[in-house]
Amino acid sequence: MPYEEILDQLPYTEPFLFVDGLNSVSDDGTEGFYTFPVDAYFYEGHFKNHPVTPGVLLTECCAQIGLVCLGIFLLKDDDKGYGNLLVAMSSAEMEYLAPVFPGEKVTVTSEKVYFRFNKLKCQVRMFNAQKELVCKGTISGMIKKNSSEQ
Amino acid sequence: MNENQKYDKLKAIISTYLPDDVSVDDIQMNSHFINELNINSAHLVDIVLDVEDEFDIMLENEDMEQMQTVKDALEIIDAKLA
Repeated sequence: MPYEEILDQLPYTEPFLFVDGLNSVSDDGTEGFYTFPVDAYFYEGHFKNHPVTPGVLLTECCAQIGLVCLGIFLLKDDDKGYGNLLVAMSSAEMEYLAPVFPGEKVTVTSEKVYFRFNKLKCQVRMFNAQKELVCKGTISGMIKKNSSEQ
Repeated sequence: MNENQKYDKLKAIISTYLPDDVSVDDIQMNSHFINELNINSAHLVDIVLDVEDEFDIMLENEDMEQMQTVKDALEIIDAKLA
């Protein structure tokens, strides 16, 4: 499955798309990357005069690359219709170890723990350009393709 | 393992995933996991995975679809153990 096809099926768009590209995808996990734009709107408020990427957005970036891109790949043989992806994050347990500043490029890796009955559970890690671990944790979500009648 | 023991083991598993506003005493044989016990679909998967470990069985997608109530779950467990 070409990476562009996975990216095309992501149910996100600006200003809430946190995937620029994928380096690898397999049944066991993904690796992808994203650069937080220097002029992203949230830096105006987080924090006042001291822009740092909010932890929730690091989690979101890990979820989009690690969980949702992997889920799309794992559902590739499900022919219930293109573009009818239903995604719901059900739990996230994260540790944040280093700040991510405006303009930083991060790389996310995920390892599948299990994918059963449409629930995908992954271990995720995010690294900065210096290959330092920025955050890590476990994210789960329900992911499936809806039948096209809906 | 008799039926009561199975029921107790299942109840113990379910109780882990009950939301705060539902108590263990609310679990009855005919309780519907989603509509009555307010268990979400992600936790229903957790229950199935725990049931598989506890009873050393394997459930399929069809079992998951049929598993609406506590009674359904016990019947599926019985069928798998038979």
